[in-house]
Amino acid sequence: MSAMTDVPAVPIAFKRNAREALADPQLRRNFRGAMDFLMDKRRVQFPDGDELERLRAFGNRVRARALSKLPELLERLDANLSRNGVKVHWAETVEEANAIVHRIVEQHAAKKVIKGKSMVSEEMEMNHYLGERGVDCLESDMGEFIVQLREEKPSHIIMPAIHLNVGQVASLFHDKLEVDYTEDVDRLIQIGRETLRRNFFEADIGVSGVNFAVAETGTLLLVENEGNGRMSTTVPPVHIAVTGIEKVVENLRDVIPLLSLLTRSATGQAITTYVNMISGPRKADELDGPQEVHLVLLDNGRSQAFADGELRQTLNCIRCGACMNHCPVYTRIGGHAYGTVYPGPIGKIVTPHMLGLDTTRDLPTASSMCGACGEVCPVKIPIPALLRRLREEAVRAPEAVPHHMRGQGSKYSKKEAMLWKAWRKLNTSPALYRAFSFAGTRLSALMPSNIGPWTEHRSAPKPAARSLHELAREHLGED
Amino acid sequence: MSAKDRILAKLRGSLVGTTPVADDYDAGLLTEPWRYAADDRIARLRSMLEAVHGETQLTTQADWPQRALEALAARNIGELLVSPDTAHGQQLAAHVAASAAGLRLKAYHQPVEAWKEELFFRTPASLTGTLGGIAATGSLVLWPTPQEPRLMSLVPPLHIALLKASEVRDNLYELMHAQHWASGMPTNALLVSGPSKTADIQQTLAYGAHGPKELLVLILEDA
Amino acid sequence: MSHASSVAPNATRTAPAIEPPRQYPDKPADVFLFGTCVLDLFFPDAGMDAIRLLEREGIRVHFPQAQSCCGQPAYTSGYTDEARVVARAQLALFAGDWPVVVPSGSCAGMFRHHYFELFKDEPQTLKQVESLAARTFELAEFLLNVCRVQLHDSGAPVKVALHTSCSARREMNTHVHGRALLGQLAAVERVDHDHESECCGFGGAFSVRMPDISGAMVKDKTAALKGSGAAEVVSADCGCLLNINGCFEKQGERLRGEHLASFLLRRTGGHKGDGR
Repeated sequence: MSAMTDVPAVPIAFKRNAREALADPQLRRNFRGAMDFLMDKRRVQFPDGDELERLRAFGNRVRARALSKLPELLERLDANLSRNGVKVHWAETVEEANAIVHRIVEQHAAKKVIKGKSMVSEEMEMNHYLGERGVDCLESDMGEFIVQLREEKPSHIIMPAIHLNVGQVASLFHDKLEVDYTEDVDRLIQIGRETLRRNFFEADIGVSGVNFAVAETGTLLLVENEGNGRMSTTVPPVHIAVTGIEKVVENLRDVIPLLSLLTRSATGQAITTYVNMISGPRKADELDGPQEVHLVLLDNGRSQAFADGELRQTLNCIRCGACMNHCPVYTRIGGHAYGTVYPGPIGKIVTPHMLGLDTTRDLPTASSMCGACGEVCPVKIPIPALLRRLREEAVRAPEAVPHHMRGQGSKYSKKEAMLWKAWRKLNTSPALYRAFSFAGTRLSALMPSNIGPWTEHRSAPKPAARSLHELAREHLGED
Repeated sequence: MSAKDRILAKLRGSLVGTTPVADDYDAGLLTEPWRYAADDRIARLRSMLEAVHGETQLTTQADWPQRALEALAARNIGELLVSPDTAHGQQLAAHVAASAAGLRLKAYHQPVEAWKEELFFRTPASLTGTLGGIAATGSLVLWPTPQEPRLMSLVPPLHIALLKASEVRDNLYELMHAQHWASGMPTNALLVSGPSKTADIQQTLAYGAHGPKELLVLILEDA
Repeated sequence: MSHASSVAPNATRTAPAIEPPRQYPDKPADVFLFGTCVLDLFFPDAGMDAIRLLEREGIRVHFPQAQSCCGQPAYTSGYTDEARVVARAQLALFAGDWPVVVPSGSCAGMFRHHYFELFKDEPQTLKQVESLAARTFELAEFLLNVCRVQLHDSGAPVKVALHTSCSARREMNTHVHGRALLGQLAAVERVDHDHESECCGFGGAFSVRMPDISGAMVKDKTAALKGSGAAEVVSADCGCLLNINGCFEKQGERLRGEHLASFLLRRTGGHKGDGR
C-alpha cells in the first residue's frame, strides 16, 4: 500500500469509455432490454409494497447489527469454521489474498482450478495472478465462461455476459469451441455444459465466493441456479472460498430475510435453484465433498469504509445488482465503461475504498442523483447520500484535515473552489443577486448560443426578460 | 502482528464509543405472509416447483416405487443410482425385484474419486429422500449423508426426490426452527428448488445448465 | 424468452409513494413563496402563475426579495460548506409560522430533507430547520391537500404527459399530487410515457460534467414523451423543463414542456376565477 501511494494514480478513463459505449447501438439495445427484463421480474416479486418496505428495513437492521459487532462476529466465524475443520485465512490486500491462494495451490501441486462465480476473485484478478504462475483457472458459471472465452470481464455482478445477445454468444462458441453456429439457447447451454463437465472432476481445486458467512454455526452460504457452484465446491479435493470481511452475519436465522431480499431483488426469483450451505470438509465416513475447505477473508479497503459511520453503510451490500438494473446511467453505458470490477451505483460507492478516490475520480460524479438505486436497494444503502459524501471528500481542500480516505482531495481545484465561493457570495448578497439577475435577463441576447457540452444535445437556456424577483416585486410589493 | 490482528484492530478502533445494534428480529414478517392452510400447502409447493420446470406427482407410501419405475421407463432409463442402505432404497429394490421391469439399481458405495467417470457420464438418474419441503418457495431440503452423498442430487441428469407431505413446512423460518438447524449444521445442507437452470444468454431461460435437467418430486400424501 | 414478462413496456413503472402520510394544516391566510433560482431566471411566468393560483384561493403571498437558492447545486457537488452558508440565509428569511410553498419539488425536498444533514451539528439551527421542513410544501401538494382545490377545466380536450423530477417524486411524492390535479381537469387526458419514472438526465451539474450520458438520457426522455401521443407536456420541476425543452428545441421539435402552475391556471380560466 505504502509503495503505491507514492505513484500518482491513473484515473479510469470513464468518460471516454462511456462515450464509446453510448455510440454502440447494439450494446445500448442489449442493456436496455436486459434492464427492463430484470426490473419487471423484480417488480413481480414484490406485489405488496408494504411487505417490501418492512423487509428492506429488516434487511437493513440485520446488516447494521452485523456491522455493529463486526470484529466480534469475524472472530466467532473464524472459531466456528475452524472447529468445523475449515481453514480460515485473513488478507488485508488482494496481493496477500492471492499469495494465500497460491500457497494452497502449491501445497497441492495444483495445475487446474475450476471456479464458481466469485466477484471477490475478480477483485483479486485471481485468474491472471494464478495464470502467470502456470495455473489454469476456468470459469464455470455460464456467463463467466462466456466472458472468459471473450477475454473480457463481467459487465454485471449477477449476469456477467448481459452485454451480449444470443447472436454474439453463438458466434463466440462457433469461433472458440468449433461447434456449428446455432442461436438455439438450449443448445448453446448444452454445449457449455458438455465443455465444462469434465473440468469439474479434472480440477485440483475449486474456488467460490460466499453470499453469507454465518458466525453462529460456521456456515458458508452460496446461492446459484446452475449447479456449477455446487460442483466447484463439492467435486475437487480442495475448496477455497474467498469473500469480503463484511459478508458475515450473526445468526443462521439472519440469512432468511437477506436470502429473500437477495434473490427477489437480483433476478426476480422467489428463491434460487440451489441454496448451498457448507459447514465443513468431507467427514471420514462421507463419500464426496472436498477434503479441505479454506476461507480467505479479504479487507481490500473495506475497513476504510468501515471507519466512518456514514460510509460504513456501503458494507450493507448483499451484491444483488438491483441498483445497476434500475440505474439510468448503467442502462445506457453498461458495465464495462466503469472500468471497475463492481459497476453501477454500488460500484461507484465501493470502488473508491478499494482503488482510491484519485483512480475513481469520475465515478461519484457520474450520477444524476435520481435516487433509483437507493429506492430499490434491499438493505437500504442510501447510495445517493454516499455518492454526495464521496464528492465532498473528492473536492476537499488539501489543507483540510483529517485525511481518512485514499485519494481524498484528488478532485480539488482552486478554480472550482473559487467559483463556488463566488456562487455563495452571489446567493447571500441580495444586492449582488439582484444585479446579477438584472444583467442576466437584460443581456440574455448576448448569451452565447453555444455553452460547451450542454449545447451538444440541447439549445442554450435563455433567461427571461425579467426575473421572478422583479415580477413579484411589482405584483406584491417589496417584502 | 498478523493480517488478522491488523484487520481486527482497525475494525475495533472504528467502533470505539459505539453500541451494538439490538436484535429486533421480526419473525412475523418471515412467516405471516407465507402461511398456508393444510389443504393449500402441498398445492403451493407444487405450483412453485412447476413454475420452474420441476415435475411433481402425488402418490403414496405404497405406490411411489411404481411411479418411479414408470417415470424411468417413460424416459427409457434403465439404470438408477439409489442407496441400498435406506428404507426407501430397500423398498424400491424389493419392488424392482418383484416386477418385470429390467431396471438396474446401483449404489454410491465408494468415494467419488474412485468412480467419477461413471458417475458423470454413465449415471442417467438418481433417487434420494429429503428432509422436508418449503411451501412458500417450492423448495426441497436435503442434508446429504454417507448413504446419499452430495453429488447424488447434482450430477445425474434426472433427480427423483421423495417428499413426505407431512414434512412440508410453510416457510424457511418455520422449517429451520422446527429442525433446530442453528444447534448443529451438517457439512452440507441444501435447498433445491427445481432443476438446474441459467438465463445467462440474453435472459433466456434454459434448463439443465450443470446440474439435473429434470427434477421429479414424488409427494407421499400418506406419509 | 420463455419467461419474458408480458407487462407493458414500463409505462407504469412509477415509484410508489414513499413518504409517510403527512398531516396537512387548514388553508392559511398567508404563505411564503420560495421561487427557486432556476425558475427565477428562466421560468418567472410560472412563478407568477403559482402566485395567481394561490391568490385565487384567497391567500396572501409573500415573496421575500432577499431569497436566492436553496443551496442544492453546491450541496450535490460536494461543496457542503458553501451550501450551508446559502441555506442559512434562506432559513432566516422564511422564519415564522407561514407555510412555504415551492413551485419546484427538488428544492422543496432540499428544505424538507437535506437541511437536516447540513445542520446536523448545530442543535439551535436544527430547530429552525424542523420548523421550515414542517411548513414546506411543493406547490401541487399545497393546492391539492392544503387548499383542497376543485379545479374546473375550461379548455379543449387534450392529451397531456406529466414528467416529475426524480428527487421531487422520491422525496415529495409530486407524481401523486400532479396526477391528482390533472385528474380534476375534465377535458385533460393524462397519458403515460415509456420509462416514465426514469431520470431525464438533468441532475444539475451532472448535465455539464457528464454531457454524453446526460444527453443520451434526455434524448430517450424526449423520444418517450413524443411517443406517448401527448400534445402537451407538463412538469413541476424547472431543471427538468430546462433540459427537456432544450433538447426538444435542438431537435427542431414543436413540443415544449410547460410548468404545471401555468398549465393549471391556463386551463381554469386564468385570473381569480372559480376556484373552490
